[in-house]
Amino acid sequence: MTRLLDPPTRRSGAPASPASPAERTARRRALLEWIAVHALGIAAALFFTLPFVFVLLTSLMDDAQALSRDLVPHTWEWSNYRRVMDTPGFLTWWRNTLVYAGLGTILTVVSSIPVAYALAKFRFRGRNLSLMLVISMMMLPPQVVVIPMYLFWAKQLDLSGTLWPLIIPMAFGDAFSIFLLRQFLMTIPDEYLDAARVDGCGDLRTLLRVVLPMARPGIAAVALFQFFYAWNDYFGPQIYASENPGAWTLSYGLESFKGAHHTDWNLTMAATVLVMAPVILVFFFAQKAFVEGVTLTGVKG
Amino acid sequence: MSTPTLASKRRRSALRTAAFMSPWLIGFAVFFAYPLLSTVYFSFMRYDGFAPPVWSGTKNWGYVFAHYPYFWPALRNTLWLVVVTVTLRVLFGLGVGLLITRIRTATGVFRTLFYLPYLAPPVAATMAFAFLLNPGTGPVNSILADVGLPAPGWFNDPTWSKPALTLLALWGIGDLMVIFMAALLDVPTEQYEAAELDGASARQRFRYVTLPNIAPIVMFAVVTGVIQAMQYYTQPLIAGKVASGVIQGAGTQFEPGYPDKSTLTLPQLVYNLGFQRFDYGSACVVALVLFALSMAFTALLMRRRGGLIQAGG
Repeated sequence: MTRLLDPPTRRSGAPASPASPAERTARRRALLEWIAVHALGIAAALFFTLPFVFVLLTSLMDDAQALSRDLVPHTWEWSNYRRVMDTPGFLTWWRNTLVYAGLGTILTVVSSIPVAYALAKFRFRGRNLSLMLVISMMMLPPQVVVIPMYLFWAKQLDLSGTLWPLIIPMAFGDAFSIFLLRQFLMTIPDEYLDAARVDGCGDLRTLLRVVLPMARPGIAAVALFQFFYAWNDYFGPQIYASENPGAWTLSYGLESFKGAHHTDWNLTMAATVLVMAPVILVFFFAQKAFVEGVTLTGVKG
Repeated sequence: MSTPTLASKRRRSALRTAAFMSPWLIGFAVFFAYPLLSTVYFSFMRYDGFAPPVWSGTKNWGYVFAHYPYFWPALRNTLWLVVVTVTLRVLFGLGVGLLITRIRTATGVFRTLFYLPYLAPPVAATMAFAFLLNPGTGPVNSILADVGLPAPGWFNDPTWSKPALTLLALWGIGDLMVIFMAALLDVPTEQYEAAELDGASARQRFRYVTLPNIAPIVMFAVVTGVIQAMQYYTQPLIAGKVASGVIQGAGTQFEPGYPDKSTLTLPQLVYNLGFQRFDYGSACVVALVLFALSMAFTALLMRRRGGLIQAGG
């Protein structure tokens, strides 16, 4: 560990009682620093968690109190969540979101793995160019190509009012997933691939039997990111699904929920909690893969 | 198996590459190259989606730059976001990263708490902040009033709407925190030890050891932050919509950038021109401006971080 990370307490772990004045000042400074760091830590923790706390508390207030300036509910109205679930359409949005996120994630992972593998391990002309184009696509906001894409899906294939224009493209590799997987596959030593080849494995067999089992953490990270992307996507459903409430997703429906329950902050916050909760639950089960993914995109490059 | 000749071996390896790359090759052609060229084409056409497109020369370009009332405000907002929000996010991310590397008690709990807001879906997070910061009954203004501080109008006040968005962006600092944390842990211990032997103070150690080591990551955070700022869409849109209290639905016209154009960004203009005004030609002009800006900064990112391409591992 670095000096930066040395626990100040370690210095005070040295011979205890008869300390020289210099040692005592050093210990006092270390203790003060420890207190300052942890006080700041607690302040930061409040900044990051209080918004969640206020949202939760308000989601449990009754209708009248939600309009007041009170911070803590008088009565705990757990039925607010029932009321949100019973809102016409809410369960449909839930189902659509799962289809979009679930199917989209599977398609993305399956179609991105071979591309990432080729970019990481094959030697061919145009590999660097391909990689640069992948990065460019990754940085491209969806709004840049949305007009022709909308005309294509809506006018030529008559698929507006559905989520298919968002799901089908995921069967053709997603730039961000390809890039992230490629970064991960680069870390697998070539010796493993050579060994598989010597044992008579073809490229596909090598990929399936040798590379994939080793790449599991990378694949998990990509799957998580893609799932969250679809869960969070607002622009996509806004363009293709807005005309048909039967095709809305949670992220899109949430805003219309607010519109319909104009002053019911308690119900809106309950709906907000219901949109946030699954993502946070998934995170707790897959924390490691997620953090690894974030680090891969930034640092290991 | 007969011994393959060099030529057939090469052909096989080219076929193999093409097979593995095929999903992306199709995706690149259909979902990137074709629509991009098409966007260029439509930017010179008058097209409303019903009547066939008509050549209009540079009329759309002239309209967007000289007459469309939202273009320059959107660009100015983006500049504001780049200067203020990106800077604050990088500083705050570095600060939180430094803090988390020094916390020795319950580190895992702190790290998780600091990271969670980043995961909140943008629509939900914006909705939460629209509630927290609502001027009438929101908890933040209630508390500010209780301690006797002035209570800003946040998302309802043109001078406070972007600071409110900045607050939301700082809340979701988790991505930068993790990246800075990893970078700080990567700084070689020996350098700190050597600096300490030389009698460097904590501040000097940060200035002469930590900073040079993490400089590439700071650069990465700045450039990706600029790219994100140019593409900022969901949060400002939702904030404006919720604050203006517009009920969403078919045929509803929402005044973009509420309040007073202060939350407009370029991607919102593509939506406004294309899907509210059905002026696909002008929408494509804005799309191309967005494209040029995004690619310029992506090129900077790739040049600065050549390692991204070559070393890769």
